[in-house]
Amino acid sequence: MKKLLGIIGVIVVIAFFAYKFFVGFYNTGIEYQENAKTAWSKVESAYQRRADLIPNLVNTVKGYAAHEKSTLEAVIKARAAATQTKIDPTNITPEQLAKFQQAQQGLSGALSRLLVTVEKYPDLKADKHFSELQSQLEGTENRIKVERDRYNDAVNVFNKHIKKFPGNLLASMFGFKEMARFQSDKGAEKAPKVEF
Amino acid sequence: MKQLLLIFSLLSLLWSFPAMAQNDIVEAQQELQIDADGLPKKPSLSEQKAHSVFDYARLMSPEQRRMLEQKISKYYDTTSTQIVVATVNKVNDDISLYATEWAHKWGIGQKDKGNGVFILVSKGDHKVTIRTGYGVEHLLTDALSKRIITNDMIPYFRKGQFYEGLNKAIDDIIKVMAGEYHDKPKPVDEGIPVWAIILIILIFIIIISAISKGDSSGGSWHSSGGGPIIFSSGGRSSWGGGSIGGGSFGGGGFSGGFGGGGFGGGGATGGW
Repeated sequence: MKKLLGIIGVIVVIAFFAYKFFVGFYNTGIEYQENAKTAWSKVESAYQRRADLIPNLVNTVKGYAAHEKSTLEAVIKARAAATQTKIDPTNITPEQLAKFQQAQQGLSGALSRLLVTVEKYPDLKADKHFSELQSQLEGTENRIKVERDRYNDAVNVFNKHIKKFPGNLLASMFGFKEMARFQSDKGAEKAPKVEF
Repeated sequence: MKQLLLIFSLLSLLWSFPAMAQNDIVEAQQELQIDADGLPKKPSLSEQKAHSVFDYARLMSPEQRRMLEQKISKYYDTTSTQIVVATVNKVNDDISLYATEWAHKWGIGQKDKGNGVFILVSKGDHKVTIRTGYGVEHLLTDALSKRIITNDMIPYFRKGQFYEGLNKAIDDIIKVMAGEYHDKPKPVDEGIPVWAIILIILIFIIIISAISKGDSSGGSWHSSGGGPIIFSSGGRSSWGGGSIGGGSFGGGGFSGGFGGGGFGGGGATGGW
């Protein structure tokens, strides 16, 4: 009888610690996941901010360089493509993120071509409104970089949590999936540098 | 009774110790210390209270630095907005990104308002950047930051007049943000260190044992109640309020310390 009680006691203790570990692992995982999602929403809003600047920018350029039609149209098209590519923040897969990144890169490329074209129009460059838009654009490119880095950091923390032993054995049970990170860009994402 | 007096004099001596140590830190030369993350070490709370300008590159005289600090501190007292200026010799990174992470790490501005502004001057790079906290981006926009850099700072910086440029820039930043965040800064909750709590408990034990040992004098002292009141007010003034009150030092920083505000990359950068 005594022996049986002892065994039950041991089992209870083990079960208690196992439960504690499960709960701890799950709650920490949720916390990290939420942090990463918040970081993602900031990434999105930084990109959105850039998209919001573009109509204004295009209109200003049009006023001085209306016959740069193809360059302007490319920007508008790229903007549309970029704003249409949405990601479900609860399930950020590498494929989705790659698509998103590609669309945004397309816009970055179109924008930098536009800014190169602008060099030919000194009147436009001297325009106060245009130069203010340029500073806003520069700041926004910075925001994108900052928020992307922070998103990657947050994802790193989460991924490490679910991939380390023994948590990795539980991760799929709780529905934790590895989150995708931004890959460094091949030059295209380089912010359109404007020096003046 | 004598025993009690001795205890209290000992106590007040101990109590004044940390205050003295604080002033020593405040008056020490500002040295740039880099943490393992590659970013400058966050100043201690007493430094945050005493300074808002961290002239690591020594671009200003101490008097000029103090004048800037006073202006910033005064603005903070009525708005809770925190403006921090730092000067360095060189930044090996993109200055805009580096300054953003720097300001984010230090937590300039109030946490819930994000009302922090950070100005970083790099002497060797001939670059200056204004970084805006999440909560001031809509007022001090990137374009306005750029304008302040181009109009206020660059012309003076070219002549090596760093104080003049910064002074003018800060005036304009304050003007731009006028009308917002009229809010009294919250006093910081420093928390009492563990050793102080232990000390308090120990002293109470000593007092109580002294009272219970002493026959009638202990009782009469207790009824007067003078001791504990002196104790508590003395303790608080040297702890929380001492540096806020001004005195010869302080007054150049933020009475509540850095508030934990976040930075997301907004702002502008210019070169001279």
